[in-house]
Amino acid sequence: MILDLQQFISSERPRWDEFETLLKQIEEDPDLNLSLEQARRFHYLYDRAASDLLRVSTFASSPEILHYLESLVARAYGEIHETREPRRRFIFWHWFSQQIPQTFRRHLTAFWCSVALTLLGVIFGAGILYVDPTAKETLLPFSHLQGKPSERVAEEEQNKGHQLEGKKAGFAGFLMTHNIRVALFTLALGMTYGIGTVVMLFYNGVILGAVSFDYIQDGQTRFLIGWLLPHGSIEIPSVIIAGQAGFVLAGALIGSRKRMTLLDRLASVRNDLVTLIGGFCLLLVWAGIIEAFFSQYHEPVLPYGVKIGFGLLELVLLCGYLSFSGRKNRPQNTSP
Amino acid sequence: MILNLSGRKTLQIQTPEGVVFNLTVAGLFTRFLAWIVDGVAIMTASSIIGTCTRFLAIISPDFANALFIILYAVISVGYGIFTEWRWRGQSWGKRLLRLRVIDASGLKLQLSQIIIRNLLRPVDLLPACYLLGGIFSFWNRRGQRLGDLAANTVVVSIPDTLVLNTQSLKEAKYNSFRDYPHLESRLRQRVKPVEAAVALDAILRRDEISLEARIELFRQIAAHFRSLVSFEDKVEEMITDEQFVRNVVASIYRQTNSRQTPVSF
Repeated sequence: MILDLQQFISSERPRWDEFETLLKQIEEDPDLNLSLEQARRFHYLYDRAASDLLRVSTFASSPEILHYLESLVARAYGEIHETREPRRRFIFWHWFSQQIPQTFRRHLTAFWCSVALTLLGVIFGAGILYVDPTAKETLLPFSHLQGKPSERVAEEEQNKGHQLEGKKAGFAGFLMTHNIRVALFTLALGMTYGIGTVVMLFYNGVILGAVSFDYIQDGQTRFLIGWLLPHGSIEIPSVIIAGQAGFVLAGALIGSRKRMTLLDRLASVRNDLVTLIGGFCLLLVWAGIIEAFFSQYHEPVLPYGVKIGFGLLELVLLCGYLSFSGRKNRPQNTSP
Repeated sequence: MILNLSGRKTLQIQTPEGVVFNLTVAGLFTRFLAWIVDGVAIMTASSIIGTCTRFLAIISPDFANALFIILYAVISVGYGIFTEWRWRGQSWGKRLLRLRVIDASGLKLQLSQIIIRNLLRPVDLLPACYLLGGIFSFWNRRGQRLGDLAANTVVVSIPDTLVLNTQSLKEAKYNSFRDYPHLESRLRQRVKPVEAAVALDAILRRDEISLEARIELFRQIAAHFRSLVSFEDKVEEMITDEQFVRNVVASIYRQTNSRQTPVSF
């Protein structure tokens, strides 16, 4: 049997048009709430279109109608059959004080892996410079780090922070956006089964280790800590958290939870990844502001003790925040 | 890998009611064009911001510079997230090229999916111009790039608004098959929808086919229909193979037309 297409279309088309109009309204306004009557009508029209699709695919062979009805049914299917819990209204304070630290603690193994790789890089960077001081040119391809540390310290202290006069906001903007890009890239490389994330974390560690060794060896430890700690106490953990997120992604890809499919594993970590991304982006914005407006001032303008104290305070607060914040109200059903 | 008749990848979804629908997965080239359109949109937005911040620079060049750097980064990263969330899986480029990002299981697209697919873009871009993402997408049965895989999303083509072209065929001549209603009924019973579609397609596209190929094509199609239902010799002798096929198609698709208004394709 073959369907009489013309009669079929002329009788059904008004309902398809009505269905399409309603669908368009829903699609164009994500906050639209249908009344009970409208919802019933929408469901009826969906059933009708689904039944028409079944008839067309069984009794007729008109690719245009088939595609059209498939598209209509597909668009409405998501609206009608969505059973996942809708995301609650975003409350910044709840997200910041509870969701971020809870999510961070849920994936502590990934975090420690990230820390270990960075430390390994630090040891490697320092070790290379200890064995072969000429490797500095290769390891640190930044002009401001090429010279002798004591000379740079003298220059910085003489400048009294004037070198960035009238450029601090721009510098802060550059630091924020650059560091966020690097952190996002470190996370995204989790899709290479974590290999890219390992490389990025190790490389960051190598640079940090080489710079630290260079300054310590030249007797500039106080300057180094005073320079790095105010922003580094936030910036370095942020990149490590980005690495943690990368490993969470890689873990879902590799499949440590054998009984779940790949798609289920990826779906189970998706919200956590978004939370971690939000977390490290926020921290990097703060680190950018501190680096541009605070870290660049040295003695005699700003005593190193104050800078180190400020950096340590930030570090303690960060550790406390990530370790204890949101513990009391932790939800019972954490992600599998 | 599921391919449709035109050889393109399709995403097949079965609803709880048992209805199966197929969506055509967007081709690599179309997606690339959409990406270029989006790139142009981002560049345009950035140049507008650049112009605005230049005015701001009169008051504070440093602040204007910072604002430009931050806004440019926000737009280049946030453009895809914002537009795809606002327009249910469509950016400017996708709207223009009739593409849409959907959840791979057909459900409603969630914000976390949009964020993940957009923020994992840098790895798809490696080493340049979407090479890694393109290669992965080419081999993936759903045409997903790495970001799509992580977000469980698929980019599909949206079919054009329904335009039926059976009306475009003139109904002028007499259909001799109408004199044999029992044979017409048998024809409708025996001809499968896909066979009818082939015949209809052949008629609609006859002018695109060379004369020799057309004669051969209609000979084969007519022979197939003749093997299904045998009309009287005098009916078959009076008409060409092409007319025979036209009569078959008219009988199948226009079964409700009365004999007082005989039709023929």
